[in-house]
Amino acid sequence: MNKIIEKYNLSENVAKFIIEAPMIAKSRKPGNFVILRVGEKGERMPLTIVDSDIEKGTITLIVQNVGVSSGKLCKLEAGDFITDLVGPLGKATHIHKAGTILALGGGVGIAPLYPIVKAFKQAGNRVFTVLAARSKDLIILENEMREWSDEVVVMTDDGSSGRKGLVTEGAEEFIKREKIDECVAIGPAIMMKFCALTTKKYDIPTQVSLNTIMVDGTGMCGACRVTVNGETKFTCIDGPEFNAHQIDFDELLQRLRAYKTEEDQAKSKK
Amino acid sequence: MTDNKDKLTQERNVSWRVELRNSVPAKDRTAIPRVKMTEVEPQDRIKSQTCEVNCGLSSEQAVIEARRCMDCVNPTCIEGCPVSINIPKFVKQIEAQKFLDAAATLKEYSALPAVCGRVCPQEKQCELRCFYLEKMKKEPVAIGYLERFAADYERQSGKIQIPKVAAGNGIKVAAIGSGPSSLSFAGDMIKLGYEVTVFEALHEIGGVLKYGIPEFRLPNSVVDVELENLRGMGVNFEKNFVVGRTASFEDLKELGYKAFFVGSGAGLPNFMNIPGENLNGVMSSNEYLTRVNLMYANQSDSDTPVMLGKRVAVIGGGNTAMDAVRTSKRLGAERSIIIYRRSLEEMPARLEEIKHAQEEGIEFMNLASPIEYKPDANGRVAKARLQRMQLGEPDASGRRRPVPIDGDIVELDVDLVIVAIGVSPNPLIPACLPGLKMTRYGTIEVNEETMQSSVPEIFAGGDIVRGGATVILAMGDGRRAAACMHRYLQEKYVK
Repeated sequence: MNKIIEKYNLSENVAKFIIEAPMIAKSRKPGNFVILRVGEKGERMPLTIVDSDIEKGTITLIVQNVGVSSGKLCKLEAGDFITDLVGPLGKATHIHKAGTILALGGGVGIAPLYPIVKAFKQAGNRVFTVLAARSKDLIILENEMREWSDEVVVMTDDGSSGRKGLVTEGAEEFIKREKIDECVAIGPAIMMKFCALTTKKYDIPTQVSLNTIMVDGTGMCGACRVTVNGETKFTCIDGPEFNAHQIDFDELLQRLRAYKTEEDQAKSKK
Repeated sequence: MTDNKDKLTQERNVSWRVELRNSVPAKDRTAIPRVKMTEVEPQDRIKSQTCEVNCGLSSEQAVIEARRCMDCVNPTCIEGCPVSINIPKFVKQIEAQKFLDAAATLKEYSALPAVCGRVCPQEKQCELRCFYLEKMKKEPVAIGYLERFAADYERQSGKIQIPKVAAGNGIKVAAIGSGPSSLSFAGDMIKLGYEVTVFEALHEIGGVLKYGIPEFRLPNSVVDVELENLRGMGVNFEKNFVVGRTASFEDLKELGYKAFFVGSGAGLPNFMNIPGENLNGVMSSNEYLTRVNLMYANQSDSDTPVMLGKRVAVIGGGNTAMDAVRTSKRLGAERSIIIYRRSLEEMPARLEEIKHAQEEGIEFMNLASPIEYKPDANGRVAKARLQRMQLGEPDASGRRRPVPIDGDIVELDVDLVIVAIGVSPNPLIPACLPGLKMTRYGTIEVNEETMQSSVPEIFAGGDIVRGGATVILAMGDGRRAAACMHRYLQEKYVK
């Protein structure tokens, strides 16, 4: 049981939680995720750790209400308890001094991108960041990102914040203007696919962090299988970050829909 | 060893046992036929995932079966038991109707008698070495059924006895993983007076006993009682804790842990790496069984989904394959088919599981192996292409090797494929301990007698060492590791 210390609603469907987890706060590294469960019949749900405070013994998670399980989590308030929380899981991001980093975040994917941006900046890199979403209220952590980026561009589908356009348009502007050494992109699978196609054109090494279906998160079930460079990998223990140019995104998109029927049924029931 | 022999002889010569032995002539004992386990009828049991197939023995049945045991001078059955249970002693206690004493005897040797009585392959262990089989070519004493009877009797009596533990010695040890090897280790170490904490990554204690073995074979409630027993003896359980990640070995040493037993299991499912294996509707048996057994995905109030299939193919011939295929039948499949590359004779699953599966209408497509899966329009698996096999020369395992029959390929309509072809060691722990010596199979290298690894304070056992075995072999490892860790710690910290 882990206590929720603070909760903020970042938008109608996106909530930020500060959760008591002293050991994870201490041991986690950027790129790591946790698995949590709400209720005794709750589902195990992976979420990337956004931030941590070792002194206070807390971690920060950001979740978008997209289904039954994320909905249950979003209903919790400060003072409530998370039934189960385990981590940190997954391989940490390889943070190093690369020179200039292009960071691309889509929707709630901005949350897992944040600790990576922060760590790359702290490692002495220049960081250019593009935040993209459908509309203004889905752009999160903009101020925090500005704090750790040399420059931030916001792109929205409807132009309600920043400029109207896609994440890849913002990305290409930076690519054409600056010499980008590495790129990291996190967001919906389809967004990461197009980011990968864009950076491939310019031959920029690119990492993405995958949010596949998982049950245990420790290598046991294999639900998170993904094809990377022609080989099957497990996102939970081999990832969650992979070379974007080697991922079979079409298979990934297909696999993310594996439980679509069951998920739709569950949503309409509750 | 002689000490142990002397102890067995002494116990055999106590007056009640001598009297009991002499009370029934040997020929009367051997004339009794082996008891038949009452089972729920197949058409009834396939309606429920939680309905246990075997009903257990009644007290009357147990006493009569126990009477068959000759209480041999040289009890070879004990040699067949990986944890060396004093089998004649508990069997004779049953014959004498001292059922609670029989349960106490079992608990001296095993942390999980109700579990072992259900899932051990007794036909390959104690019962294989029974006098009846070895010397008379008759059906052996039903030692497994009797073990289960004694453990169940105690549980149902409400008079659960907590085994005696030595006074605490203040030395902290940790078990990593909470499956059978760790639980067996923890039970022995707590009896020796250590402070024992079991760390588990999942949200439930029990490892494969909870996520793997289905309730129709091993009810979770039975496992829970055995866990309560260990708690009662003072074992501390920490769930949602991944040793090496949540805290490092160094962190735990700072907290005072002096030695570790790694029983983290073979938690990495193998796939065949054939085309179409990553289609939706193809999954590991670990995933399928975990969703059902651990997450209760088949129950309507569970948030975890599970894919249901009408035509389910399970690849493999082991116990896990049987568990998965029988589960699919219970979840409503019209056809549930085992696809195994050798023949029924070479199948590694327990005979009882194969028999139960056959009774339940499971189809067996032997001498066939998938080479490709094809999707439907929605990208879900729709067809399995199978290569027909024939048996060739024996391989290293002594079983005849399956050889493809050229050009003999068949297609099978499927909508769910469960891959149950074995597991590999979980790499999480070794990845956190760069100094630990591993084998080329990714298992932890240990001294087979002491279960000690290349890092002196780290012992290991179960599937992380064996790469995929049985509950009872894992428990045997846990016992040996406990005995040797005890010696190691006594020499290091006490003398």
